[in-house]
Amino acid sequence: MTFFDLLPLYLNGAWYTLLITLGGCALAFVIAMTVGIVGSVRNPVLRAAAAVYVEVFRGVAALVLMFWLFYALPLVTGYRVEPVFAAILALGLNVGAYGAENVRGAIKAVPRAQYEATVALNMTPVQRMRMVILPQAWAQMLPTFGNLAIELMKGSAVVSLIAVSDLTFVAQQLRTFSGDTALAFTAALVMYFIIAQVLLFFVRMAERRADRRLGRAPAKPTRRGGRIAAAVKGGGA
Amino acid sequence: MTFDWGFVGEVLPDLLLGLRYTLLATVVSYAFALVLGLVVAMVRRAAPRPVAAVVHWVMEFIRCTPLLVQLFFVFYVLPSVGVQLSPLTAGIIGLGVHYAAYTAEVYRSGLEGVPRGQWEAARALSLPARRTWTAVVLPQAVRRVIPALGNYLISMFKDTPLLFAITVPELLFEANRLGGQYFKYLEMMTVVGLLFICVSVPAAILIRFLERRYAAI
Repeated sequence: MTFFDLLPLYLNGAWYTLLITLGGCALAFVIAMTVGIVGSVRNPVLRAAAAVYVEVFRGVAALVLMFWLFYALPLVTGYRVEPVFAAILALGLNVGAYGAENVRGAIKAVPRAQYEATVALNMTPVQRMRMVILPQAWAQMLPTFGNLAIELMKGSAVVSLIAVSDLTFVAQQLRTFSGDTALAFTAALVMYFIIAQVLLFFVRMAERRADRRLGRAPAKPTRRGGRIAAAVKGGGA
Repeated sequence: MTFDWGFVGEVLPDLLLGLRYTLLATVVSYAFALVLGLVVAMVRRAAPRPVAAVVHWVMEFIRCTPLLVQLFFVFYVLPSVGVQLSPLTAGIIGLGVHYAAYTAEVYRSGLEGVPRGQWEAARALSLPARRTWTAVVLPQAVRRVIPALGNYLISMFKDTPLLFAITVPELLFEANRLGGQYFKYLEMMTVVGLLFICVSVPAAILIRFLERRYAAI
């Protein structure tokens, strides 16, 4: 069997991976926005509630949460959760907690004068958020959202452990069928890499768009997890 | 169905044994990732351009692909080329290399934060490369990235349940085994979640404390 005979199987697996990634991202995005905005209001009760959510769901590994939803929840509710749905829920809740911190940080980073100006202009709280604060925070939070989307995509690999036939599951099956371990996993890794690069491409596009809307210069291409190389070649060899 | 606390008490010793594996794997792989990440960051800075570029793309690849698949790769592929590994060793290598890709970026940002004048001064004093790194650059670079490195300790701890997939008898593995044996999944999975929170929330608080302490410098 060559790799090209197996390609349909991999594409099918990639479809599930993509489905869970996009579903998880959508859920995580909604949660991040809601919890992040709630976490940045004045009311201490609301703020505490947001903080508890963030701490709890950042504290539990997505895999443990998924196992809980898949194995334990049916025993409580008597209703079995679809594996794909459990995966989307677990990843969305988990990554949403990280995203909420990101949103909160970005809102806090908007200069205070902007907020004061909206108060001076007698804007309602919703107007403030929608027209002034969020557009500026948005540009700030996008790069981290991109990283989180990749994290979520990578996290989706664990759904293979609750028998969803995603990329990893396909790779595992082919390993047991064909015995060509190296090919099975290398192919899966390469496909994950491609999906990640496509995701990053879209995030960069959104980043440029957000910057343009704020009238900022297009940002230099950033690398994940670090700042742009300052092109200072060190003296050491 | 009621929550059986008595059962939880009975199997807690087994779970704590699993937790010990979890913590062991976390600490050893973290140390591994710290060292390897530093080496990678230094290679990317000091090595000739083609080598640095290759290292960069390898690291990018590692960061963009799931840890689980990498663990499978280490666990199943390396033995087929003649390297025999115990599940725990394979897990530590997988976790360590994966996180090294992240810590390398952290170190890199630290290295970029060292002012150019420091390099120039080291050169003017004609310090050998080794001394430039160990006595001038690294102490400044590493110090300012300590908080960021701490965060990776927590996220690594939360990734250790993945070792379950390559049969390391860590916390989730034990819980799954016991849950299956007595059909008490609700208790087991809930307790695992609670144990994870019990470890990671205090750790997060500790790291935030360290962050406040070192960020001031």
